[in-house]
Amino acid sequence: MFRNNYDNDAVTFSPQGRIFQIEYSEEAVKQGSVVVGIASKKHVVLCAIKRNAEELSSYQKKLFAIDEHCGIAIAGLTSDARVLSNFMKQQALGHRLTYGRAMPVASLVDEIGTKAQINTQMYGKRPYGVGLLVAGVDEDGTHLFEFKPSGMTEELVGCAIGARSQMARTYLEKNIDAFADASKEELIKHGLQALHETLVQDKELTIDNTAVGVTGFKEGSKNKAEPFKLYEAAEVKQWLDAISESKEGNEGEGMDVDE
Amino acid sequence: MDHRPQAWGRPRDDVYGAYDHSFMNTNSHPNQHTQQPLVTGTSVLAVKYKDGVVIAADNLGSYGSFARFTDVKRLHTFQDTSVVGFSGDISDMQYITRHLHQKSIEESYASSSANKKSRLSAANLHTYLSKMLYRRRSKMDPLWNHMLVVGFDDDEKPFVGSADLLGTTFTAPTLATGIGSMLAQPLLRTYAGTDEEAAERTKEEAIKVIQECMKVLFYRDARSQETYSLAVVSREGVEMKTSEKLENMSWAFADRIKGYGTQTV
Repeated sequence: MFRNNYDNDAVTFSPQGRIFQIEYSEEAVKQGSVVVGIASKKHVVLCAIKRNAEELSSYQKKLFAIDEHCGIAIAGLTSDARVLSNFMKQQALGHRLTYGRAMPVASLVDEIGTKAQINTQMYGKRPYGVGLLVAGVDEDGTHLFEFKPSGMTEELVGCAIGARSQMARTYLEKNIDAFADASKEELIKHGLQALHETLVQDKELTIDNTAVGVTGFKEGSKNKAEPFKLYEAAEVKQWLDAISESKEGNEGEGMDVDE
Repeated sequence: MDHRPQAWGRPRDDVYGAYDHSFMNTNSHPNQHTQQPLVTGTSVLAVKYKDGVVIAADNLGSYGSFARFTDVKRLHTFQDTSVVGFSGDISDMQYITRHLHQKSIEESYASSSANKKSRLSAANLHTYLSKMLYRRRSKMDPLWNHMLVVGFDDDEKPFVGSADLLGTTFTAPTLATGIGSMLAQPLLRTYAGTDEEAAERTKEEAIKVIQECMKVLFYRDARSQETYSLAVVSREGVEMKTSEKLENMSWAFADRIKGYGTQTV
């Protein structure tokens, strides 16, 4: 009886000026597991919590390398992310072939922004059900972009999207001053700390469900990119140990604040 | 009366006569791609020095052997950081420069905020142009040019690259196109045969050797002219001069040359 009549397609406004299909697609992003991105002057870090469908299955990938200088983290429908990441890989490679240089991150993000917006303005299409964090380096420095299914993109210093990501964003806001000059290691630890904030009661970051991706400038170089590197499984152990150590150290004084 | 659908809405044949299709194809011959250049520019020269590159080309557009246009600028700056020098077809040059102008506008939109510097370097531009030329030659419709792209590469070192109508690419410390590749290139190699040698040369030395070579080319190249353009690309930007004149020429050797005209001796 009180059915919403304005959410049957992505091209019809509601009388309140909203487009429900786009809002629903952003809801899909909120249901994906959380990813965090932080940029310093020298590095950009992506951290993700991976989910497994059941105990016996493997964990769904959350971080993807797009090109030497660029990678993405996804939250939402993985199948939609596949389309976008394949497209981004093609664009980045095409740019390398025609110009002999790495594609500027801003132009790459513009391309997917345009592509996603078209889906919100054509009858018979639907918005992508996935949000991205795009991390990369180019001549202008390090970059972290957020991409939303509406086609909106913006550049940030730190960002988190996905389930319970507000907790991570709050952590990032608290520590924002530390990021710009942070080392690669510090940046990764901040990322994992932010991830940790989003966890529900009896969940923990483990080597199975945590992934870290890093790109940045080579040591002592202004414009040479360090290839986007993905750390998974045993490779993330060192950082997980480091943050749980610092947790234990703070536990005593932090206890009553948490309660 | 003709009731078939294909006759609907058309003048009736029995009233106006049969429909004349001939106006649809006015030229009875097939379309042709470029078979030869028409108005042409001759050699372009470029040399590296320690802080940049010097490039030169004369201002002549020849129509066959006829010196038809005497004020054609064949050096074009790109984004204040690179210069492209064109030899070969002038109309194709104009097409390419219009295209590059468009490209530079797009590029400046892509990096619009003031502190951003992501731009196409000369090396990037050279790659782009060579792909463009190769694509056109593969369509059997080449852009009839041989050009030199000068400026800096991604490591901010001086860059000189050549790209021709076949899509062939080449880089060297000194380069010349056309007849200049035979007459001037050997002279330029005595100035700098390697990048290491070029890194020891000053701007003044570079300009001097270019002036000398332009003079040799004017003596020997029958499609050349006395006024020329010379550009110096450095980290500060592009310094373009478009009305240089050859100096201290001596034609004393000319009356000893025999065998070309109508002399009987």
